[in-house]
Amino acid sequence: MTTTIDHDGPLSAGEGLVRQLDYWGTVYKRTWRGGIISSFVSPLFYVVGMGVLLGGFIEGDPARLEGATSYLAYIVPGLVATHAMTLAIGETTYPVMGGIKWHKSYHAQMATPLALRDIVNAHLAFTLVRVASACAVFMVVLSPFGVFESWWGPFLAWGTQVLVGMAFATVVYGVSARMQSEEGFGLIFRLGVIPLMLFSGAFFPIDNLGPVLAWLARLTPLWHGVDLSRMLCLDLVDWPMALLHLVVLVGVTVAGWFWAVSGLEKRMGDL
Amino acid sequence: MISARGLRKSFGDFEAVKGIDVEVRRGEAFGFLGPNGAGKSSTMRMIAAVSPVSGGELRILGMDPAVDGPAIRARLGVCPQEDTLDNELNVFDNLYIYGRYFGIDRATCRERSEELLEFAQLTEKAKARVEDLSGGMKRRLTIARSLINRPDLLLLDEPTTGLDPQARHVLWDQLFRLKHAGVTLVITTHYMDEAEQLCDRLVVMDKGLIAAEGSPRELIAQHSTREVAELRFGVGEHDGLAERILDLGQRVEVLPDRLLVYSDDGEEVLSQVHTRGLQPLATLVRRSSLEDVFLRLTGRTLVD
Amino acid sequence: MSTLRHVPEPLSAAGAMRVITLRNYTTYKRYWKLFATGFLEPVFYLFSIGIGVGQLIDSFEFNGQQVSYAAFVAPAMLATSAFNGALLDSTYNVFFKLKYDKLYDQMLATPLTTADVARSEILWGQLRGAVYGAAFLLVMTAMGLVQSWWAVLALPAAVLIGFAFSAVCMGLTTFMKSFQDFDKITLAQLPMFLFSATFFPVSAYGDGLLRWVVEVTPLYRGVVLCRELTTGALSWASAWSVVYLVVMGLLGLLLVRRRLDTLLLT
Repeated sequence: MTTTIDHDGPLSAGEGLVRQLDYWGTVYKRTWRGGIISSFVSPLFYVVGMGVLLGGFIEGDPARLEGATSYLAYIVPGLVATHAMTLAIGETTYPVMGGIKWHKSYHAQMATPLALRDIVNAHLAFTLVRVASACAVFMVVLSPFGVFESWWGPFLAWGTQVLVGMAFATVVYGVSARMQSEEGFGLIFRLGVIPLMLFSGAFFPIDNLGPVLAWLARLTPLWHGVDLSRMLCLDLVDWPMALLHLVVLVGVTVAGWFWAVSGLEKRMGDL
Repeated sequence: MISARGLRKSFGDFEAVKGIDVEVRRGEAFGFLGPNGAGKSSTMRMIAAVSPVSGGELRILGMDPAVDGPAIRARLGVCPQEDTLDNELNVFDNLYIYGRYFGIDRATCRERSEELLEFAQLTEKAKARVEDLSGGMKRRLTIARSLINRPDLLLLDEPTTGLDPQARHVLWDQLFRLKHAGVTLVITTHYMDEAEQLCDRLVVMDKGLIAAEGSPRELIAQHSTREVAELRFGVGEHDGLAERILDLGQRVEVLPDRLLVYSDDGEEVLSQVHTRGLQPLATLVRRSSLEDVFLRLTGRTLVD
Repeated sequence: MSTLRHVPEPLSAAGAMRVITLRNYTTYKRYWKLFATGFLEPVFYLFSIGIGVGQLIDSFEFNGQQVSYAAFVAPAMLATSAFNGALLDSTYNVFFKLKYDKLYDQMLATPLTTADVARSEILWGQLRGAVYGAAFLLVMTAMGLVQSWWAVLALPAAVLIGFAFSAVCMGLTTFMKSFQDFDKITLAQLPMFLFSATFFPVSAYGDGLLRWVVEVTPLYRGVVLCRELTTGALSWASAWSVVYLVVMGLLGLLLVRRRLDTLLLT
């Protein structure tokens, strides 16, 4: 054989992503149909059920709804942010364990020049695409219903929602990579996702929880995302607060990325 | 123990079993041989009283499976082709809980489970999770489980498929012990050595019908010659060369990797081959085995 | 046969349910964390929607009685948690046991029958549902959301809801080919959860066809039944709801048996 072999050392991060493009493209082609239900249909049910029907019984009083003039306008920004979190966690729990334990796609990828970091990046990039596209479609669909107060706010709110998704995706990825059995996922959903969704200010102002619980809610990354998303949609931006929200979300995402990569390295490095 | 007359099984338009007669006597080890898709597993499932008969008559332990399913199953041990162990239970509980399904009382169940763990050489693994066992251990556990009700009739569907050679010998030894203890065994397999070792009598099934019946020795005497000469030539030469040696034996079988010449004197065949100027890469003369019977009855034969 | 060995009688229906329940209990000990946290979900919803959102809402009128929003939502959470639990048990879990674990195949190699399997699986779901339901009722009582002694009957009502849905959904699960099919379950489950007058009165649908459609769905019957019992505002509709759910459960049970026969006894 006379083929020359390149000895380039590790791949660049970009090259690592590109080489996995076809793999994730195939995954997407296989799963997008089911994804439609979790991405679009389920949150739409929440918007109609809670925002429209329950909202019909709630007075549109800006003083009690953090400035929103209807309950629908109040919950939409929070619902989309919450949805971004749920989708991101969905993509980084069972699929991560699948790659490690069940269909073992990570093992196959590890046997190639790809580094573990590249595997994490590609998985997170796939999650990013799913979250970003789902939230975008959602925001577009909702735009004719008078829930946005400025033209530019929703774009930034969309960015916020994607950031919420990534903050949770990285952190949860790190947890999943360290987890031995899928039993823990049930606990993540029951003790993590559901309470976060219900108590992070998506459905009602957190001050309704009383001072102690309200402060607890303020410590969750989801609340920062919900609040930022809402102030942008309602065009009621408190800039210093917005900056704080942004710092928290970016900080969690960056820290989460290191946690995710080290998690997979620990898990797969031992094999 | 088992008596079938004109037994049939069809799935929609497909007829898996096309009318077979089988008689299994008490205390014997009876084998169903055949290639994949011959109808062995369908027959086994009917005998296990979990698959309704499509036609003909079937009596198991003197009872009709359509009417007395639970009563029949109470006296059967079943070791299915795929291990159907309960992955959520540990090794001991797989035996104990399974025994309880038979209505066996707690104390007896516990005692037998201990005994069977010993029998399957799994005592140290009693508390282990099923998914942590090796393939051989799982198979032994499945067989041990099928004995929890002290069955009169034990059905084993390809008991050693996928096991390594050591594990197969351990299992064969355990099956011999059961046979000595008077348990009637019904075995399906596509390993001829296994059938020769274990079965007193067997039937060869092909395409849903019985192609031959008898003891391994009878079948070899009836359907094969005393010896076989195996000739290996270069890649791709076998089909062409077969024509030139057709007359050397009673029958020539062309396999992808070698020619089998059936004759009562194998050495004579070899010297004739050399006389004709042919130079096989490798040769072997051996006694006929059940495998030859199997090829003859279910395979592709060039000359009869 | 001349053997004189004692062969135990095949189990009675009750005996079979007992041993399969023993099996389920033995495996479930491993999942106690999931069990313990399972009951929290309706409590979270009650606190969030009932209390949090409830502060934005005045009281509702229900069968002529004024009820606070939390007292309105709480019985609905009791009903929907029985519903959600039944769905989880009888869809995902049953599908896994049927197709991947081949659990029922091994049970049927013993004297157990498909009817034993169907009854026992459904019983197991209801045992769990009953524990959750009782715990939730205690939470409701502690929060002062129970307004009548009739509430004692809300527990059997919740179990009845679970039974009806378990039986029907287990029957439907036997038609599923792969886990992808479960999206269809979500597609039915979420709207039923949100739109069965759970969080708002049925008057939100106006007086037309839509309202009528909602009123004949099984979860709506269950929600209203529980709500009538915990608020004490009973009406003849309660009796209808009970009959409706019992019939639904029995039909489901028949379906499950027939389907297990065709799937497993081939």
